[in-house]
Amino acid sequence: MYRYDEFDHRLVAERVQQFRGQVGRRLSGELSEEEFRPLRLMNGLYLQLHAYMLRIAIPYGTLSARQLRMLATIARRYDKGYGHFTTRQNLQFNWVKLAEVPDLLADLARVEMHAMQTSGNCIRNVTADHLAGVAADEIEDSRIWAEIIRQWSTLHPEFSFLPRKFKVAVTGSPRDRAAIAVHDIGIRVVRNGAGEVGFAILVGGGQGRTPVIGTWIRDFLPRAELLNYLEAILRVYNLLGRRDNLYKARIKILVNAVGADAFRAMVEAEWATIRGGALALPEAEIARIRAYFAPPAYRALPTVDLASAVRDARDPAFAAWARTNVHPHKVAGYAAVTVSLKPHGGVPGDMTAEQMDALADLAERFSFGEIRATHEQNLVLADVEQAALPDLWRALGAAGLATANAGLLTDIICCPGLDYCNLANARSIPISQRIGQRFDDLARLHDIGPLKIKISGCINACGHHHVGHIGILGVEKHGAEAYQVSLGGSGDENAALGEIVGPSFSADAVVDAVETIVATYVGTRTADETFLDTYRRVGLKPFKEALYAAH
Amino acid sequence: MPLIRNGQPLADPWTMVADDAPLPAGAAIVSLARWLRDRDALLGRNQPIGIVLPPDQAVDELGPDLDRLGVVALEFRSFRDGRAYSQARLLRERYGYTGEIRATGQVLRDQLLFMERCGIDSFVLPNDSAVTAWSEAIREISVWYQPAADRRTWVVAARHGASALDGCAPAG
Amino acid sequence: MTANRLSDGAVVYFDAAGGWSLNFAEAATVSDRVAAEALLDRAMPAVKARLIIEPYLMEVALDTDGWRPTRERERIRAAGPTVRRDLGKQAEGFGFKG
Repeated sequence: MYRYDEFDHRLVAERVQQFRGQVGRRLSGELSEEEFRPLRLMNGLYLQLHAYMLRIAIPYGTLSARQLRMLATIARRYDKGYGHFTTRQNLQFNWVKLAEVPDLLADLARVEMHAMQTSGNCIRNVTADHLAGVAADEIEDSRIWAEIIRQWSTLHPEFSFLPRKFKVAVTGSPRDRAAIAVHDIGIRVVRNGAGEVGFAILVGGGQGRTPVIGTWIRDFLPRAELLNYLEAILRVYNLLGRRDNLYKARIKILVNAVGADAFRAMVEAEWATIRGGALALPEAEIARIRAYFAPPAYRALPTVDLASAVRDARDPAFAAWARTNVHPHKVAGYAAVTVSLKPHGGVPGDMTAEQMDALADLAERFSFGEIRATHEQNLVLADVEQAALPDLWRALGAAGLATANAGLLTDIICCPGLDYCNLANARSIPISQRIGQRFDDLARLHDIGPLKIKISGCINACGHHHVGHIGILGVEKHGAEAYQVSLGGSGDENAALGEIVGPSFSADAVVDAVETIVATYVGTRTADETFLDTYRRVGLKPFKEALYAAH
Repeated sequence: MPLIRNGQPLADPWTMVADDAPLPAGAAIVSLARWLRDRDALLGRNQPIGIVLPPDQAVDELGPDLDRLGVVALEFRSFRDGRAYSQARLLRERYGYTGEIRATGQVLRDQLLFMERCGIDSFVLPNDSAVTAWSEAIREISVWYQPAADRRTWVVAARHGASALDGCAPAG
Repeated sequence: MTANRLSDGAVVYFDAAGGWSLNFAEAATVSDRVAAEALLDRAMPAVKARLIIEPYLMEVALDTDGWRPTRERERIRAAGPTVRRDLGKQAEGFGFKG
């Protein structure tokens, strides 16, 4: 993984000092709250319902065991013993004290981490495929490019006061595990006819109040031009994006207003003036960054057919876990493992300091000391020897991290909702907990098969409900919490937005509604159809009829 | 309100002139609208002239006349409005403008460094304490992850030296 | 009237003695719009003294157990997260029992 050099270290250290000064000026009264708010937000510090919340960047989701241990230490030293992994591969602490944040950031800097640009109207933490480097279908490790973009976007003097926040995601595979189609810019590594590696560029995707699947504006960008092209897109957006209405300020609104062709023409015209200019990436820098993502020292192991090995496993509980939580690896004899942060009845994405320490140890024992955070609020050990899977499974189980539900109905993406968040209209965690309890039968879950439920507590859609196979959106209706259900969304390479089924449900009724939707699917599916296959074949109607039959 | 240019406080040699006010003797800054309306008369005075470029106007509007302008004043109507950062870079890097670029409006201490990197070289500050803070604010960060109008050496160039950047002509 | 404390973000309520309490049960209540607006003015010294931030008025209603915030959001602020009963005011002995 990437390691800081002297420049990276110096920048983060200076940024901590700068923020220490800003906090000091706030506490001394030199800055008003109005003036301080944008400064604290640019360093990931929010005021939530009960306390300050600090969002820490985990660039493209990659963590070392040492970093995870520091996060555990911080959870104990500055917070209440736990942290929350978010849908943008970040980690949030919910109970930090303003005056202690500079010290917390200094501790983070010791392990090459920071909270820069995890909020504010700037380029946010860049996300990538959580199976980068190990997926068999990959053209190139997306983290190389995500790291290059992270550096370019950090404290960018021109793009720190954009009309609105700006999210970039990168995938190195045709298979999209990073939901790039719902980002302001989505980048896919591609190979052109001549065999050169470059990028296809998509713009104007997003969720929130106005969900949009992004538009491809370039099929092939030479890789040295990546930053010049991004600079061109950002400049057009910075100058022309709307600033009069918070809800119409994202780049998707601009792209839609001028039209994709006109937007593309503006970007290309801007690019033409800076192409080959100062930001063109020298090969030496690409090579320097790439070297950090070189494969670890894999052992030469015999090829094992993972599927048959799992079938033959004697312990049915292990087999169930391996079926969903173990993924193929490009190197013979290895596998990638999803560490579920979705115990039934638990809080999706929450992890205690003890679990962090335990997983750091397991990462060192089983997976070259590296951990990945996924946008689905789970963690991944990406390089596990297949022969060690049973031992790893037992150790994860002892730490409460081996729920066998990756990709299944209870592997729910869920924002913090009204239990913590200042923007939420309704609670989301209790809904996911009740769904987890209702479907707490592994055999049934495995029979239902792949099904993604995503829950947001407000229209900002941090819980990605628009792209859930079943999406649940919390709203406030006559002073009470109510939940709108949508079906058929998808965040992968066949991205689609869900359709709303009809009037909202009460908190009690929404779990029954999920049950009805699942029963309708099970009663309608053909042999090998997943929920999404069935939905795409039969449409909304049978689900709608089942849900509202009694009305 | 105090003015600093290139880090030094100075008495403002320029007068901001409202659209309906008569022109004073000496250096004057007028609105873009007045400039577009009275361009020839303004140039005919043979006095230094500058303009205020609003954030919603393209820098191209000024293109051919830039070398006649002693100052281009950019407006930060709110500190949240970041359009002037792009305008400043375009003026310096695309059009090669070498005159004064002035930040007006909500010019906050914690944004001075970004402004300076984008090529703004004079700042109308809210009070004298901001003048003292300027020199601190401008030195808080010394690592640059991207090239900008200030031509400070960016990290990629520092890491690899000039030879690695051969063939990468500087923009503008 | 409620706000958050500047130092740690904790939820506080303006009390009858003119101070700020962590305990919802000690919040001063007023019954008309004019008196409520006057309350907001009384928050300003604490804002200036950097004790609290973002004061605002919240609606409460009387039921058999006493005053109760009418919105779920305020009930959660007054108690702590409903999914972690071991944290927040409810765990410190003065949480609003919703």
